[in-house]
Amino acid sequence: MGKRVGIEVSIAAADAVGMADVDLVAAYPITPQTHIVEHLSELVANGHLDAEFIPVESEHSAMSVCCGSSAMGARTFTCTSSQGLALMNEIVFIAASLRLPIVMILANRSLSGPLSIWNDHTDVMSVRDCGWIQVFTETGQEVFDHVMWAFRVAESQKVSLPVIVNMDGFILTHVIEPIEYWDPDQVKQYLPNFDPLNVLDPAKPTSVGAFGMPGIYTEAKMAQNEALLQSKPEIIKAWKELGDLTGRHYNPVETYKSEDAETVFLTMGSIGDTVAMAVDELREQGEAAGLIKLRLWRPFPFDELRQAAQGAKRIIVIDRAISYGGPGGPVASEIRSSFYNEDNMPVVTNFICGLAGRDVTPTDYIAMYEQSAAMAKGKVRQEDYVFYGVRE
Amino acid sequence: MEALNVYASRLLEKEEYFSPGHRACQGCAEALAVRLVAKALGNNVVVGSATGCMEIISSPLPFTNWNVPWLHVAFENAAAVLTGAESAYKALVRKGRRPEKGTVFLAMGGDGATTDIGFQALSGAFERGHDFLYVCYDNEAYMNTGIQRSSSTPFGASTTTSPAGKMSPGQVTWKKNMAEIAVAHNVPYVATACASYPFDLIQKVEKAARTPGPAYVHILSVCPTGWRLPPNKAIWIGRLAIETGVFPLYEVIDGNYRLTHEVEELRPVEEYLRPQGRFRHLTPDLIQTIQTRITKEYNKLIAKTQMNI
Repeated sequence: MGKRVGIEVSIAAADAVGMADVDLVAAYPITPQTHIVEHLSELVANGHLDAEFIPVESEHSAMSVCCGSSAMGARTFTCTSSQGLALMNEIVFIAASLRLPIVMILANRSLSGPLSIWNDHTDVMSVRDCGWIQVFTETGQEVFDHVMWAFRVAESQKVSLPVIVNMDGFILTHVIEPIEYWDPDQVKQYLPNFDPLNVLDPAKPTSVGAFGMPGIYTEAKMAQNEALLQSKPEIIKAWKELGDLTGRHYNPVETYKSEDAETVFLTMGSIGDTVAMAVDELREQGEAAGLIKLRLWRPFPFDELRQAAQGAKRIIVIDRAISYGGPGGPVASEIRSSFYNEDNMPVVTNFICGLAGRDVTPTDYIAMYEQSAAMAKGKVRQEDYVFYGVRE
Repeated sequence: MEALNVYASRLLEKEEYFSPGHRACQGCAEALAVRLVAKALGNNVVVGSATGCMEIISSPLPFTNWNVPWLHVAFENAAAVLTGAESAYKALVRKGRRPEKGTVFLAMGGDGATTDIGFQALSGAFERGHDFLYVCYDNEAYMNTGIQRSSSTPFGASTTTSPAGKMSPGQVTWKKNMAEIAVAHNVPYVATACASYPFDLIQKVEKAARTPGPAYVHILSVCPTGWRLPPNKAIWIGRLAIETGVFPLYEVIDGNYRLTHEVEELRPVEEYLRPQGRFRHLTPDLIQTIQTRITKEYNKLIAKTQMNI
């Protein structure tokens, strides 16, 4: 059992990366990710972490450096946010195609414009289809645990895919929380040395990053999709072992008072806690309300979601991003797909809120609950999403 | 090797690390340069290519022409990718997870990948001082996508995006001098080379690889397809580029310039321009404008070789 300390989540996240004995960190500063990379560079400067810290000239180069590093067989980490992710976008997709197990913390922040440094999920949704394993965290402890988990899953020879650990900007990055650090022994037990199947080595030359003609491209892409789908058993196994080791148990889909719920909220990231307060309040009022929190975003946990929402007549999906001119929020779109063609398909109402860090309180969620109930009396089509709390 | 020119070819590495059977056009002096660079570096190397001609001709899945470890990620990031590999190697050696073998890290790209889209990544890699070698194969336009102009296209060249027409003499800007830009980064070894002078090229690449820290070699790579030239004229036109002073061969070691191929009297630039279809529209006036510029640039270079820092 490690020590429990009150610490800023960013610092703890960086300490976790350090404890994972990462070999190379490449990063470019962007708010609200900065404290993580600052602390990592401190760890290196003070000799607490034996790694190369590469202060690159852009996020595009950050991800490029990570690709070169990971292909050499080094444990590789980067961290970014919003515009930084947008700038590295091209290489994010390639990293997955090359099966390079890079770990990236994404301090979620709005995409410009208007320019905003505050938290929502518009950045990560822009790389929804990038082929990385993507997971959301709700607390500082979850961030710490998922750094270890991410390296473990990514570098597993059965997976060999990059992982994004999402943590909400400011709401998680800049708060002090009680976090239980892992024991070095626990880390050693949980996270073996990186032992990739294929590395760039003059003793055994390989060519990485070939180009694919139409005759082979589809096959390559299908193989990549299979790899992401096949990562799920390893993901679950890594959570199971993390639970055995720390007593903290994680699942692709987490639930709160949802067993007998007729209406469930569906959230991702740190707002889960706030919505849980609203659920408690609604329960006190005699409403059969519950909460489902998606932890695993890719590969998408269809079965676990359907299981968790069994019996629910209505799902209120809280989206913190927009698909302009499309079906509302990207999460709602996924949730509807999950239940389409299922018997007793629940009514899905979609609220877009909390953009650019705007506060959304339990009272607001209760208001959404009521608005959703009113909507559900009629026919709810996918284009009937609501921008909640827009000032007149 | 320079002093033993007659025997030089016998001293060359026999092994081909960039193997035959690639898909380059006939007469491609860029593929020839790649082959010579690969020979110069031997097998203890990790190569990173930018997207471009040399990447697509050598790696159509499931084939490869690379007998050394080779990595391609994207167009504009070869310098970043390879400096990542170089840094990872350092860390892994230090941590005892990989043996220290003095492996050389080579990043390579065309003129577009180097002087345009990959300029920032290359500048960053130079500034950070990684121990790597960057080779630019400069064929003076985006040949892979169909001869569009780059910032390395010479003044007056007609390309598909700088076409000569009634209102335009073709490319209206002067060629970006990338070797000078590398010197301005205080890169300890900078050189220009051309496959028409193979031993000079090999020697420079060997020197560059031995230099601790970053090194930069800029290779003029004749592209018969894009320059509108018969394939069997590639080596000849490369020689004319040097003999007319259009592309002088020199090296800069720690800021000190040295011509590696001295030309007693420069031939008129027109001799270089006339055989190439990309310059065929040039009027005597424009040729004179180019001649004036080339002479001035050449004299600037000579002045630099006379400085001793």
